[in-house]
This record gives sequence, C-alpha cells and structure tokens, in this order.
Amino acid sequence: MRTVRALAFFLLGLMVWEGLVLTGFWSHVLLPSPLDVARYLGRAVADGSLAAAVLVTIRRLLLGYAVGLCLGLPLGLLVARFRLFADTIGVMALGLQTLPSVCWIPLALLWFGQTEGAMTFVVVMGTIWSIILATSHGLRSVPPIYVRAARTMGSRGLHTAVFVTLPAALPFITTGMKQGWAFAWRSLMAAEIYVTILTGFGLGHLLHYGRELHAMDQVLGVMLVIVLVGLCVDKALFSRVERFLHRRWGTGT
Amino acid sequence: MPTEETSVQEALENIQPSKISVRGVTKSFRSSRRRLVALDDVSLDLAEGEFVVLVGPSGCGKSTLLNVIAGLERPDTGEVLVDGTAVGNPGRDRMLMFQDAALFPWLDVEGNVLFGLRLKPNLDRKARREVATFYLRMVGLEEFRRAAIHELSGGMKQRVALARSLAPNPRVLLMDEPFGALDAMTREQLYRDLQEIWQARRKTILFVTHNVREAVCLGDRVVLMTPRPGRVREQFPVHLPRPRDISGIDVARLASQITATLGRHLERVADGGES
Ligand SMILES: Nc1ncnc2c1ncn2[C@@H]1O[C@H](COP(=O)(O)OP(=O)(O)OP(=O)(O)O)[C@@H](O)[C@H]1O
Ligand SMILES: [Mg+2]
Repeated sequence: MRTVRALAFFLLGLMVWEGLVLTGFWSHVLLPSPLDVARYLGRAVADGSLAAAVLVTIRRLLLGYAVGLCLGLPLGLLVARFRLFADTIGVMALGLQTLPSVCWIPLALLWFGQTEGAMTFVVVMGTIWSIILATSHGLRSVPPIYVRAARTMGSRGLHTAVFVTLPAALPFITTGMKQGWAFAWRSLMAAEIYVTILTGFGLGHLLHYGRELHAMDQVLGVMLVIVLVGLCVDKALFSRVERFLHRRWGTGT
Repeated sequence: MPTEETSVQEALENIQPSKISVRGVTKSFRSSRRRLVALDDVSLDLAEGEFVVLVGPSGCGKSTLLNVIAGLERPDTGEVLVDGTAVGNPGRDRMLMFQDAALFPWLDVEGNVLFGLRLKPNLDRKARREVATFYLRMVGLEEFRRAAIHELSGGMKQRVALARSLAPNPRVLLMDEPFGALDAMTREQLYRDLQEIWQARRKTILFVTHNVREAVCLGDRVVLMTPRPGRVREQFPVHLPRPRDISGIDVARLASQITATLGRHLERVADGGES
C-alpha cells in the first residue's frame, strides 16, 4: 500500500512535468522533458560512462567517510570524556561544523594538488565534525543509572564503555553517522564539480560537463542518480539500524 | 534525650560477627541553595545471613544508605565494612537492586538477566542460559524473554530487575523498594520465593520498603529511619516463625506497633524538638 502510494506520487510528478514541457509552458532548453533525461540515462548506461562515474564517486565517498569515522568516533569519545578535549577539539568541531566544506577546496588544492588526496581531504573535513559532535553528545547523554547498575554487577572500565555506554549512546551516534554520511556526499559533489582531476571521473564531473555543454538532460539525469544512490545507501545501511533501534527503545513507530 | 540515643546505639551493636558493618556514616548533598544531610552518623550491623528491613518516610536517606553500602556513593565520614574490609568500589558480592528498575533498553529481557551472569567467571554459555531461564520462570516472565524492555509494564520491569539481581547469586542483596509496583498476589508469591532463596543460599539481605507490614513479614529485624537529618532511630527484632503470612494477626500487631513508634518520631521531628 505504501509502495503503491509512493509510486503513484512519483508517476504523477513525472506526468505533470512531461505535460508542462509538451505544452511548451517551459522551454526545452531550460527544462528537458523526463523522456530526454531517460534517453540520456539510457545512453550513459549503454556506453558505460555512468557506471564508471558511480563507481569512482562511491569509492571516494567510502574512503573519505571511513577516514572520517575512524578519526571522528575516537575524537568524539575523548571530547565526551576529558575536559581538555572538550575545550579544544570540541569547540573547534562546533565552529568548523558550520563551515561549508566547499571552503576547504582552495586549501586542499594547495596542499594536495589535483589529486585523490584533495578529494578525500574535503570529504573528511565535511563529515568529521558532525560525527565528533554527535558522538560526544550521545556519550554525555547516557543516563548515569545505567553505568551504576552495570558497576554493581561487576562491570568495569573498558567493559562498561563497550557494553553499556556505547549501546546506550547508539541512537545518538547513529543519527550522527547518518548526518555525517549526508555531509560526505555534499562535500564530495562540491569537490568533484570544482576540482578536475585525471585519476577518476566521478558523478560530479559528469554533472559539471553537462553544464559546460549545456546538456540539461545530462545534469538532471546525474542529479537523479545522485539522489537514487543516496536513497539506496540509506535503505541498505542506516534504516536497518534505525529500525532495530526503534524496536528496542520503543521510539518512533 | 541522651539516654535513648545510647540505648539505640547499644541495641545496634551486634554480638555475632557482622557481614556488613556501617560505622558512623555521614553523607550530605550540596545543592546550589542549601546543604542537605541525607545520612547523619548512621551505624548499622548486619550478621551473615540476616534479613534486615529498613523502613522510614520518603527522603530519609534509605536509598542513599544502600548506595553507600554498594560502593556507588562515598560517605563524607565513617566507613562501611564488608567481611571486615572497607568497601571502596562496587563489587559483584553486593548486588544493588535499584528503586527504578534501571534495566538496559538495548537488551531484551533475557539479555538483561544475562548481563551480570556474563561477568561471572566459570560459567559457560549453556549454564548461563539455564540460570537465566530459572530466574525468569521464578518471576513468571519466561515467555517474555525476547521482549524489549519498553514493552513491559512497571511491575514486569521490577520482576526482571529482581531476576537480574538474583541470577549472579550475590552474597549480599541490597533491595530498594523492589516490589512497589506489584499487585498483591504477585507480591506475595515473590515474598515466598525471596524467603526461600534467602534461606536456601544463606544470603544477607538489606531490604527497603515503605510498607511496615511487608517489613515485619520479611525481616529478622526492622530498622526505623527518620528524615532531616537521616538517622537510624530504633529497631525491632521480629521473632515470629517463618514462613509468615502477611495478613496474619501477629504480623499485623507488630506492624501497628512499629507504625505508632514511627508516628511519634515524626511528630517530634515536625515539632523541631530534635535535629
Ligand atoms: N544525588 C543527590 N543530590 C542531591 N540530593 C540528593 C541526592 N540523592 C539524594 N538526595 C537527597 O537526600 C535525601 C535522601 O534521599 P534518598 O533517596 O536516600 O531517600 P529515600 O529514603 O530513599 O526516599 P524514598 O523512600 O522516597 O525513596 C533526600 O532529601 C534527597 O533529596
Ligand atoms: Mg529511595
């Protein structure tokens, strides 16, 4: 039922769009019709350029996100645990979180040149701060009663951290990771659109060249792919974890 | 009233070697506005295998005393000895069952009961499972083993918490109003089970309740506390034969006597004559 409803919504949207273009309400040049976009996507799939770009982008994304997590989670833990880190890294994270990651591109180019390193750097800078903040906030919001209960049962130090504090903070951390993922995506698209490098031709580049050639069907097609990939990852990864959390904690529906 | 004070102190000295010995414990909490003396020079001894019940009005420091004995809270002055050695940190030998069940929402019912068992050495997977099942059956929640914590009622949560505290078989049980949210029938069943376990395994139990009848039904000794500042006022040995019936006439008689004494103490506190 819900799938039917969602499908109906999108079909209706496409029909309205097609109709608007057909009647000439919107010029072809400003907005291509859904069929144009579909034709572009068909061509891009057939010549393999789309799959190659998706692969390149996903690889960069995963690398940058993984680095962001590997640095962000432990740093978040330190920020939650020690005043020293809260007053330094914590404040820095709070400040830099508001900085759009596009702003890092000039520095990244200066430091790394037109390399994969620059791409990764921008993605990491885009994602790490929100992961740090969500992790430390989550860990600090764990009700002390859980730790006390665990301690009377003989839990200590590392055991308490892994089996009590961490699972208790999981809802917050998951939210942070999801947000971090969204930021990683945005950062990478910005980086790919602004930085041309030879080691890989990603979705952002495809979008950029679509603009250069004024091929709006290409631009829209790539946008669609970006949205679909994001949706797939969300369904495959995060929504499973979230469903589990909701079931256990009894939050949501 | 100095004479009464000393007689209370004398009565509190235990001739048997004590399992738990609370010596002159004072604990106060500082809030931004005022300082609150939760425990004022509290001394209390529990013999090995003794079942002591603590009664007193809300806010007289019962939970605080339990926390101090468990090692979760450090006293300002005084000390707590268990088997003759001072306690600093919480230990598996003293299990505290919290007033609000404090179950872990990320684990299911069985996972909660298994948590303490996993921390016990010399128990394999199968044995842990069996022990958990035994206690879940005892509290009547065997078919809820896979349920999430938020799916349980208040009374069911308390029963899971009871199973969780009993499962690792601690020598000392500190129980903070464990049966508050239960109906009379379930409660009476659990009184029987608790007494059975206590007698069979020779546990030392310190049990907090508001219900004086419950105190007389369960305890070898009922200790009366009064608030502001929290003090041990008086104590009543209970010599009635076990198993006791909570609605029996002897229990009722002693309970009303204790209630009357408590009332007198509270009046005096209200008049400001003491403290
Ligand atoms: N962490 C704390 N910070 C400040 N004050 C506290 C704290 N814990 C307890 N108190 C105060 O100490 C006093 C004793 O509290 P405690 O919880 O021990 O009472 P209690 O006898 O268990 O009451 P109840 O029967 O309602 O559970 C109360 O007045 C309470 O306000
Ligand atoms: Mg209490």
